Amino acid sequence: MSTLLDVEQLLDTLETGMRRLIEERGIESPLVIGIRTGGVWVADILGKRLGIEEPFGELDISFYRDDFSRIGLNPRVTPSSLPFDTEGRNIILVDDVIMSGRTIRAAMNEIFDYGRPARIILAALIDLGARELPIRPDVAGQSLELNAGQRVKLRGPDPLRIEFQEAGH
Amino acid sequence: MTENAASPNHLQLTRDGQLRHFLTLDGLGRELLTDILDTADSFIEVGERTIKKVPLLRGRTVVNLFFEASTRTRSTFELAAKRLSADVLNLDINTSATSKGESLSDTLLNLEAMASDMFVVRHAQSGAPHFIAESVTPGVAIINAGDGRHAHPTQAMLDMLTIRQHKGGFEGLKVAIVGDILHSRVARSQIRALNELGAGQIRVIAPGTLLPRDVESLGCTVEYDMGKGMKDLDVVIMLRLQKERMEGALLPSEREFYRLYGLSQEKLALAHPQCIVMHPGPINRGVEIESAVADGPQSVILNQVTNGIAIRMAVMAMAMGGQVAERQQKMNELNERGQA
Repeated sequence: MSTLLDVEQLLDTLETGMRRLIEERGIESPLVIGIRTGGVWVADILGKRLGIEEPFGELDISFYRDDFSRIGLNPRVTPSSLPFDTEGRNIILVDDVIMSGRTIRAAMNEIFDYGRPARIILAALIDLGARELPIRPDVAGQSLELNAGQRVKLRGPDPLRIEFQEAGH
Repeated sequence: MTENAASPNHLQLTRDGQLRHFLTLDGLGRELLTDILDTADSFIEVGERTIKKVPLLRGRTVVNLFFEASTRTRSTFELAAKRLSADVLNLDINTSATSKGESLSDTLLNLEAMASDMFVVRHAQSGAPHFIAESVTPGVAIINAGDGRHAHPTQAMLDMLTIRQHKGGFEGLKVAIVGDILHSRVARSQIRALNELGAGQIRVIAPGTLLPRDVESLGCTVEYDMGKGMKDLDVVIMLRLQKERMEGALLPSEREFYRLYGLSQEKLALAHPQCIVMHPGPINRGVEIESAVADGPQSVILNQVTNGIAIRMAVMAMAMGGQVAERQQKMNELNERGQA
């Protein structure tokens, strides 16, 4: 099943959609922030394709997750890195896969602790639906519905590939 | 290896090896110590933001239970808890020597009735935090903020974080701890951490009267002559000389101590040129360290204070995380049994 989705094609769709959005809304000098791990890989590529010269930011949302009360702290947390001032800027937030929307909520909470951005737009390589919060991507590479027990994961960074897993493994 | 009552880890760790109390470094492996340092690195980054706060312990209550006076340790624990969004209660309790055991138990019962989630404990008696961890309600985390002559694990870990920041790692490092080793819980925890993390050489430098018996068994070498001990050092850790020790006839005089074991610029020049100077504070200028050294380019004493907040955030978040994960696991098991 892993041949089902071509990463390059998804990235093309994401780039085209994002270019259109930037033009339509007149978004000036956007910054790119990726959510670790997969979102960072996509952010890197998307930022280059859009010709954004400023370095991309990396978010580790471990300190903002809403399931700390159930599973505790992620032991492999690494420092977030936003090598720019976000105050008043337009931000393209990038993740590889969006599902419940909880990761995006956590990421937006974290971004606001660095300052008040002018706007955040959301880009996801794959949109799985199954939302649990009123959050949706502005641009997605591909929308997808999975069967029960099926999971999808972006592997990378070089080369990027999309992996499907069945329940149990 | 089987767990036994003497091992602190049946108390400190959950079944799957997560921290749930932080009482001592004894028995904690290199992997867990490295996890603490890595987590603290992420909290250092939080401390550099506009809003230096994360929501991890939101709605939880942390009680700073200090039976022994402390300004720096207590305030950094307080700041750490607040930056984790916890509510903080500071209690300074002067113990009367006659009723320690009983008053401790009673104090705890009262505080537990206030639905506290974590106790940060400093106590003059070795083992007090351990005792509390054994008797406290499940789900409540205990953090040792220094007990008697036994341990001061968060201080040792913030020192390890500072060393790693400046030296990149521990392999092959030559580290000396200088001064009153005998009464120092800090030194004990430092020696333990340095050994576990793989430091190359650990020396203690002190007069015989300020060394515990069998100090080598902790995993270090002894040097009485500071001039020899300073040779090629990468890290020198000075300990505070507690003035009350002078009266116990363990030392001839402050001036004599400074001449032999004080860190002056001349003595520091014997170490490696990149040697960093550390001190847990508060420093006694002119007693164990020369002002020019404490304020000099090799001193990382103020970095230690900043790192103290990050380490305490890491330990509190990890211990609370271990407690909540364990509680959830038990509830899941109960539910499964109920369904079966």
